[in-house]
Amino acid sequence: MLWIQWVSYISVLIALIAMLAKVLRYVRAPQNFRWELYPVPHEKGRAEYGGSYLEELDWWSKPRHSDLINEVKEMLLEILFLKGVYHHNKRVWLFSFPFHFGLYLCIGWLFLLFLGAVFQAAGVTVTKDAGTIARLIYYLTVVSGYSGLVLTGYGALGLFIWRVSDSNQKAYNSFAEYFNLFFFVVVVAVSLIVHLGGDRDFAALRAYVQSLLTLAPARPPTAFLSLEIILMSLLIMYIPLTRMSHFVAKYFLYHAVRWSDTPNERGSKIEKRIMELLQKKVSWNAAHIQTGKSWAEVIKENKNE
Amino acid sequence: MSKDIKVNDISRKTEQFFHLDTKNLPKLPYPYEDWEDPPFPGVAEVKRKGKDISLDGILNVPVPAPQTEEEKEKLVAAFLEGLRKLLTVENNWPFLKPLLLSLDNCVRCNTCAEACPMFEMSGRAEIYRPLFRSEILRRIIKKYIHPGGKLTARFTGADIDLNWETVARLAQLAYRCTLCRRCAQTCPMGVDNGLIAREIRKLFSQELGIHPAELHEEGTVKQLDTGSSTGISPAALMDLIEFMEDDITERTGLKIKMPFDKPGADILLLHNAGEFLSWPENIEAFAIIFEQAGLNWTMSRELVGYDSVNYGLFYEDVQLARVTLKHAEVAKKLGVKKVVVAECGHAHKAIMAIGDRVWLDEVNIPRESCMVTLEDIVLNDRIRIDPQRNNFPVTLHDPCNITRSMGIIQPQRRIIKKICPQFREMTPHGVNNYCCGGGSGFAIMQSANFPTWRFTVPGRKKFAQILNAFSREELDPGINKYVCAPCSNCKGQIRDLLTYYDAWEKTRILYGGLVELIVNGMVNIPEGFLEWEFH
Repeated sequence: MLWIQWVSYISVLIALIAMLAKVLRYVRAPQNFRWELYPVPHEKGRAEYGGSYLEELDWWSKPRHSDLINEVKEMLLEILFLKGVYHHNKRVWLFSFPFHFGLYLCIGWLFLLFLGAVFQAAGVTVTKDAGTIARLIYYLTVVSGYSGLVLTGYGALGLFIWRVSDSNQKAYNSFAEYFNLFFFVVVVAVSLIVHLGGDRDFAALRAYVQSLLTLAPARPPTAFLSLEIILMSLLIMYIPLTRMSHFVAKYFLYHAVRWSDTPNERGSKIEKRIMELLQKKVSWNAAHIQTGKSWAEVIKENKNE
Repeated sequence: MSKDIKVNDISRKTEQFFHLDTKNLPKLPYPYEDWEDPPFPGVAEVKRKGKDISLDGILNVPVPAPQTEEEKEKLVAAFLEGLRKLLTVENNWPFLKPLLLSLDNCVRCNTCAEACPMFEMSGRAEIYRPLFRSEILRRIIKKYIHPGGKLTARFTGADIDLNWETVARLAQLAYRCTLCRRCAQTCPMGVDNGLIAREIRKLFSQELGIHPAELHEEGTVKQLDTGSSTGISPAALMDLIEFMEDDITERTGLKIKMPFDKPGADILLLHNAGEFLSWPENIEAFAIIFEQAGLNWTMSRELVGYDSVNYGLFYEDVQLARVTLKHAEVAKKLGVKKVVVAECGHAHKAIMAIGDRVWLDEVNIPRESCMVTLEDIVLNDRIRIDPQRNNFPVTLHDPCNITRSMGIIQPQRRIIKKICPQFREMTPHGVNNYCCGGGSGFAIMQSANFPTWRFTVPGRKKFAQILNAFSREELDPGINKYVCAPCSNCKGQIRDLLTYYDAWEKTRILYGGLVELIVNGMVNIPEGFLEWEFH
């Protein structure tokens, strides 16, 4: 294996580990108190105005109707079109939406490169003259690649300029914020130069992915393509190590907190989890708290000075 | 000048970090276009009693000003120790997940700022920006808690100095937010700056014992010790009840004996005890409606059982759980079928939403909002109402805890639309409402110059909203108008706002609850339950 291939393998491995660690951080976090925030989209017939099942007389004695279709619709609007940013911060949306949509296209592009590589490894060449499926992969790769890169680059550059130029914003930007966006701009610029200047249908890049897939040593044909591959590998590794992978936390923020309205019932899993957590020992130091005792004991005793 | 303030400046060693200039506050609408706020008052040393007010010169949380360097270092160390505990399962499991998610997830887009009435109505003062407070906490955690944080501080922007000034001002900043969660609602990521403010309050309370006296010593402590944060003992309660029963007879001719400690009743009604003292007509109205509708209900005179208040919701988890557990035990002891929470927003949230995770096993007794109980009575004509008796302009204030945090939006609207022909909404309303400005305990905080700040900054948006709900013609002081605020704390804040701006004299806007409007419309009692007198 060549060193450049090792860079790609290690980058993807670190990215997967970092992503897994991030997910586990939230999955393992304990059962929390209810802290939902309305509107909650799965409230059937009530989501539109922000209502809940608590509007129902004797709500605990009635079946609760969840509108999963509306929840999925809201999720898709949020994920694909950044509905929240559109409604509350249009200026940012003008750059953030193309940036995110471009990223989705780039993810699709990488997947199609991978798929094309699988086809080629199986002996099916992916070109514009190939059979229907391979030809479809070929064209989709070209379309998603260029549109994704252009939108991502435009969005990243726009967000960079916004962060630099908005006086309200400047005080809250760290060097990392500038660096992250700049990193995207550089990767997109290098990629576009490489492909518009030579590897126009991503055939060389696909061949490189194929070499990764088949564990075959293969050197990219040009130094520029090597540079693109290194930069892209580093970016893939870097994203999960930073706040740029906020989609993980966003999922949990919405589903475990903001939309989490399941009531606790006697004998439920929630109750069991809370009962266990109540056995944890408290070590807060204020005078009105019995340090060293369990939560269950502390909240039953009234030790106030 | 405000914009020149940077997050890391918070550690600057100045006597006062920020001065609120009332000339920068946004103008109020008609008929207050010419209203000029006087310069913001300072706090005399005699009132400060050794407390630090170095953030903005406002005193509502008593942060002790240390006298020696050693004392300062000790307090900074205690803060850091508390911060570590805040991030552990053992000490903070009730809110650890939401806290971590809100700390990790902010992309600093400042969308939250535009939703925050505090920031807007302060004339966009930088220190009141929701992100400002959260960023201080994030940067301290990054630099002083995360391994290698000091090495990466420049890259991550966390090059903040953790000194006594930072700690003291962070405590004060936690009490410059009403926890209305409007910012969280608009955050594209779902980050909750209100939650972060509450977590900071919790750290100071549970580790350093720093909390506003109105919430702790005069709030939850008094409630757990004497039965109510108002100081009303069970014996005093019965005297007040006797007075109210007489008052009902005098005003309506009805002879009502308010039920107490009735075992096995269908409903245990929990009132905010502030109503007993400040708005007894609200208690009376509930009794009239429940009796006339033939409900099998009771109240409790058990300690804590006659006061639904739970100020723990505003500042820490231990006292929050202690109080709500008392409520559960009272309900269990009486063997009621359900608990109905009367007109108090934070009690709704503490008993119904937070209680959902504390009222466990045998004390998991069903709980319901009074809005729902009342809707059943009014819309199903279990009492007869003539809407013409309420034929005056009425608008509705939405308590944040009932609407944004619990999704109870329509029941109160269906009632009010049925009984008030001239009802109109505020803009915005429902789940997008603005806080009254008295949220998170502000309404009961009366120390030093804090009330003036409460009226001029956080309350300013609500006051403008109330004025805007009525037309210029209707704002004529010759026309009676009503702001319905079905929450005790909101009602207190709106009373104080109307008083501060002299609005009763200038516009004849009265405030009150929902049940008063219902009883005012009931045909089987004499007209005029609603007395057009400001108190």
